[in-house]
Amino acid sequence: MVEHTGIRVVHRGGSKINFREPIFTNDSRYLLCVSGESVKVYSTSTEECVQDLHGHTDLVTGVVLNPSNHLQAYSCSADGTVRLWDFTDGILIKTFIIGYPIYSIHVSEKHAGVVFVVIRMATEKFSELFQIVAVNLPRSADQDIEARELSAVLCDVSPHPGAASFGRGGEYIASAKGLQLEVYFFKNQKSYRFSLKSGMKKGINNTFTCISCHPKEDCIATGHGDGKIRLWRNFNQKKEYTYSTLHWHHNAVSALRFTPEGTNLLSGGIESVLVLWRYTQENQKNFLPRLGAAITHIAVSPDGSLFCTSHSDNKMTIIQSSVRVSAVIQGLVKSDVLQTDLMIDPGTKALVLNGKPGHLQFYSLQNDKQLYNLDIVQQEYIHQEGLHQFEVVKVAFSTCGDWLATVEERKQKNSELEISLKLWVYDKQIQSFGLNTTITAPHEDQITAMCFSPSSETTLLVTTSLDGYFKAWMLADHSDTKDVASWSCEFVGGYHRLKPGCFCFSADGSLLALVFQEVVTVWSPTSWEMLTTLSQPPGDIRDICFGRLSCSKYLVGTSTRNQLFCWNLLTCSLVWSTPMDVSLLQADPLSENMAAFCCQSGNSDLFVFKPSEPRPLYSKKTLCTGKVQRAIFAPRQQLLESSDEQSQWLNRSQLYFLTQNMDLLTFSTKTEDDRLLASSKQIDMDDSVAVTPFYLLLGKHRQQQKEKQELLAERTQLPQGTIAIKELLHTPAHVLPSASFLCSMFVHSLLISSSSAREEKEPAEEEMESEREEEDSEGEADPIHSRQDLGGSAAWCLVDESGAPALTKAQERELRRVKKVDHSWLSSILDC
Amino acid sequence: MASFKPTKIPIYPKLGEKVTQDTLYWKNYKSPVQVKEFGAVTSIDFSPVAPHNYAVTASTRIHIYGPFSQEPVKTFTRFKNTAYSGRFRSDGQLLVAGCEDSVVRLFDIGGRVELRMFKGHTKGVHVADFTSDRYHIMTGSDDYTCCLWDIPNSTELTSYKEHTDYIRCGTTSKLNKDLFITGSYDHTLRVFDTRMARSVMNMDHNQPVESVLLYPSEGLLVSAGGRYVKVWDLLKGGQPLVSLKHHHKTVTSLCLGSNGQRLLSASLDRHVKIYNTTNYKVVHNYDYATSILSLGLAPDDKSVVVGMTDGILSVKHQKSPEEKKEVGGKPKRRPVFRVFVKGRNNVPKKDDFLVSKAVKCHLEKYDKQLKRFNVSKALDTALESWLKNKKPEVMVAVMKELDRRGTLKNALAGRDEQHLSQILSFLIGNIVDPRFAPVLVTATEMVLDIYQAVIGQSSVVERQILRLQELVEKEIDYQQDLLEVLGILDTLFASSLPLKEVPCPGNSRPNGLAEGAPLLQAA
Repeated sequence: MVEHTGIRVVHRGGSKINFREPIFTNDSRYLLCVSGESVKVYSTSTEECVQDLHGHTDLVTGVVLNPSNHLQAYSCSADGTVRLWDFTDGILIKTFIIGYPIYSIHVSEKHAGVVFVVIRMATEKFSELFQIVAVNLPRSADQDIEARELSAVLCDVSPHPGAASFGRGGEYIASAKGLQLEVYFFKNQKSYRFSLKSGMKKGINNTFTCISCHPKEDCIATGHGDGKIRLWRNFNQKKEYTYSTLHWHHNAVSALRFTPEGTNLLSGGIESVLVLWRYTQENQKNFLPRLGAAITHIAVSPDGSLFCTSHSDNKMTIIQSSVRVSAVIQGLVKSDVLQTDLMIDPGTKALVLNGKPGHLQFYSLQNDKQLYNLDIVQQEYIHQEGLHQFEVVKVAFSTCGDWLATVEERKQKNSELEISLKLWVYDKQIQSFGLNTTITAPHEDQITAMCFSPSSETTLLVTTSLDGYFKAWMLADHSDTKDVASWSCEFVGGYHRLKPGCFCFSADGSLLALVFQEVVTVWSPTSWEMLTTLSQPPGDIRDICFGRLSCSKYLVGTSTRNQLFCWNLLTCSLVWSTPMDVSLLQADPLSENMAAFCCQSGNSDLFVFKPSEPRPLYSKKTLCTGKVQRAIFAPRQQLLESSDEQSQWLNRSQLYFLTQNMDLLTFSTKTEDDRLLASSKQIDMDDSVAVTPFYLLLGKHRQQQKEKQELLAERTQLPQGTIAIKELLHTPAHVLPSASFLCSMFVHSLLISSSSAREEKEPAEEEMESEREEEDSEGEADPIHSRQDLGGSAAWCLVDESGAPALTKAQERELRRVKKVDHSWLSSILDC
Repeated sequence: MASFKPTKIPIYPKLGEKVTQDTLYWKNYKSPVQVKEFGAVTSIDFSPVAPHNYAVTASTRIHIYGPFSQEPVKTFTRFKNTAYSGRFRSDGQLLVAGCEDSVVRLFDIGGRVELRMFKGHTKGVHVADFTSDRYHIMTGSDDYTCCLWDIPNSTELTSYKEHTDYIRCGTTSKLNKDLFITGSYDHTLRVFDTRMARSVMNMDHNQPVESVLLYPSEGLLVSAGGRYVKVWDLLKGGQPLVSLKHHHKTVTSLCLGSNGQRLLSASLDRHVKIYNTTNYKVVHNYDYATSILSLGLAPDDKSVVVGMTDGILSVKHQKSPEEKKEVGGKPKRRPVFRVFVKGRNNVPKKDDFLVSKAVKCHLEKYDKQLKRFNVSKALDTALESWLKNKKPEVMVAVMKELDRRGTLKNALAGRDEQHLSQILSFLIGNIVDPRFAPVLVTATEMVLDIYQAVIGQSSVVERQILRLQELVEKEIDYQQDLLEVLGILDTLFASSLPLKEVPCPGNSRPNGLAEGAPLLQAA
């Protein structure tokens, strides 16, 4: 890393949250799930991420609650450590160093102080055999503890965490791999193996995919590759075991879970239907269909009131036990291949890319949160393997963001390609895109590139296709008819039957540079005349880009034969060229800068340069392993004011890129880090309220108000101490009885503490003292305090209004009597 | 949880004309009333006064029709030979008509016998009209002369012999009593001023002039002759303004509509074209059964009257606003009273907790079956809907959806003779439609694959498959022909396009790869 420039490559959101099964906390208010190198805590009611537990240095591979303390959680990681967290406060309590990469973690109540982790059997790195080992966690006060006391429990297991499960609170552990089920009883330290016939010849796939043990009875449910679920009983002996089979899924069962009481069994698979089987009455099933994507994990809250399903599209759905969806936590959807380019929606400044099948996702980079999904294909998604679905392959936004063009295609074997081009108009009322025009078969072959003209006068869209033509589409104005304006083809052009590749509009939309293999043709979009041709053989041109702002006379291109070259359009001649294998060229729309990603010997390098000079502004070797797939300059919300020459190019916009492993990375400068650090300190979050922008706004406002009030009138400070008052104050105003009714009660309630004080005078006074100390420690100079000091034992009147006159002894006594009676009233009211 | 997304039935754009305000306006007529006349209808003239009766000149008669009657309210039969050009005076009291026997006759609308007869022409008179002072009559005749007659004395006032061929059309100025215009087969239009001895203006139409028309402002003159309709600017001394060529046979009649906003032309090619008079673009088009000779439009476009060569008079009346509404659709059947009233007057009280009811999305029957994966049943339902209302879109959309799900083959298989023949007849009906062909070709292949073993068992199915084969062969031939035509056109376009040198700077070494003009293709 080039440390002195202060530019770092950082992960910015979008990590997988469906990698491992999420865990509900005991009170079902939070959901813990692994997310890349951290563990995230989500609120189940507001869907917001409330804590992010950082600390691991590699992929986190599992998270479980500490069975002996339900406010703590263990997490294990491929970096060879198990860490114990206090997840409510986000504190790392302990780090246990195991020393081997860990693939999953299991705990059980009967084995306190022991965690079961899955590691490789041999110490060399690429062994394909795994074992479950029990790790005794030593008790020590240190932060980092070496835990080397490992004892193997089961050998040759699957590294998949769903393939092992504890039964009856930890009496036995069941693990499945391939066609074999192994049950290990801790009591007599015996293990039994049961295997199924392969049955592959008959087209049956008997392999175990997942496993779940009944919490109360001796029963193990296993899911299989052919969609069957088997319920195993009598497995504490070798011979007379039995199993029954349930079959609903038509593809592999990928997740199974018993509810905590064992009354229901939940199962899910690629069909994306959650099936709820009644235990012992298996013909009664409940279904929750159309959950969006294949179910990968199922979790159940300890009280059984909530279920959570993880889905293959990086989503978690929280489902009430009445089989109704209550919340959806959606991460950045990452499919294996990204068909569309990365795009920035000019309206919301969100990153736009392929989402769920047939959808586009709008992903807020600032908040690391999916804003919404736009259904492009508008067809029922059939969850079935081997089906060719419509895929969104190209997306383009017009400059001001009021038009969106999408191309979807579906290629079936031995049938023709189905393509349709859809144009969407932004509707301000619904704050989303609505379909305007659908053009079926806009081209005869795949569309290679699509872009709107940046010119503000015309709305013009250009598409190029492998069929050898490019087409210009215009918004046809039907002012004389009743129909709304729709798009139609304006011009079809080609050049010597060559296949058009990429193209680029100049910044003002007056020129269009179109690549036909190794020739660049320059067209005028107003008259559709070809102005000139440029070429730089050998090699087809891969990418082409006009310079912006002061460099608008330059046209930069890259070719497949390791060339990066720049033409001057005024003289139509080559200005400079360098031998460079550029895999991706991206121009910053807000500055002259261009970023070129080179792929050399398996690593990617980055060069940032201005077209006017061939010397790079900034370069970084070995950015990441593998080829950079896509990149985009995203405009910053707040401009940075870095004067450092090396980091100046990041002042206006930020460069995001996707690596081969579909990691979304970006560059972070020192100034930005400082700013982030500062902002994270400011956010002092209350775990019961989600930190939304609205809350931040309101919270800040409130804080200011509070400060003002404190300055102006310190007497309005509210009494603290009794729970009753706290509760009274925290109850929403609209459910309270009328104020006049409450007033007297409120006043009386203020007296409670001293009422008890009369009966047990000594402790009460101590309490008061401590209370006073607390208040003093808060550093609030209270003028009443002085009066209270004067009043001595009459401490209770400090909470009275400051203007109230001092009471006589007789009045005091009278008041005490009244308050004693009222105390029961209030408590009864508060109880109900 | 997302709800089931119903199958999308694509809306195909209507081929042909776009729906504009004009098409809506000019389509807003009832179906035409047809009246059989004795011979070719040569002239139609509307009375300028209410109730706007119109005179129809056909053969030896002039019929006067009321605005709504299909029977003539009055008939003038005193012609010895074919009558021409029956026209009303501006007060609607008198009617003048020429005749093949060269006599011009003047009639009172109330009477039967002619009031005056103007004799002087030597050949048939095809044009006769009143001047704007109402006391004179202008006529034009096949003896190449045009005359002005005095009505009270029935004497000839002036005669002009400037045309060198038959005078077949003419009109008088409504603003100036001395001006009239004639059009002749000698290709010219002449403007005469009775105060002058000679014509004051002369315009060359280049075709035998069949009809002339003055704009209400009388600044512009429209003439029709041959396939052309030409507009002349009289104020600029008869400068040609615009020449319209939208008909492919001789234009026979002209008239103005919508208070001069629209121009109508009728032609022997059986079309009536309506132009916008500001930009002279065709905004609408009427088709008729036979060649049209005469055209008339009632004031406010209340009715369009067209006379044809076979003696048919076709009258279209404009729909009144009430009728228009009725066409919009019958009032929907309301639910029963009990259902309708239920819970209607129930206003939620202050403390009531409103439970929002989930809006149930209505699904079509085939969608319900698709939701349950009942593929064969869904195809049956779609087929039923095609049999019922002959709309193939639904069936094609369902087939496409099944194909996407990979279950089209399952849905098509296992059908009996009756069902199979229904499917085959659907395929025969729609396979050559370019909108549906991509889907139906795969479906047809599947049907043939599935049922090839049993083809010989049913004569009905066998016959249909033979028809299908014949159809496909014919379509292939047709496509080949079209491709040939396309090739011819491409060569024509390519040769007509000038070769343009692509500008390239002199010394740039590899930058000039252009070898010729880019390949262009009009959108």
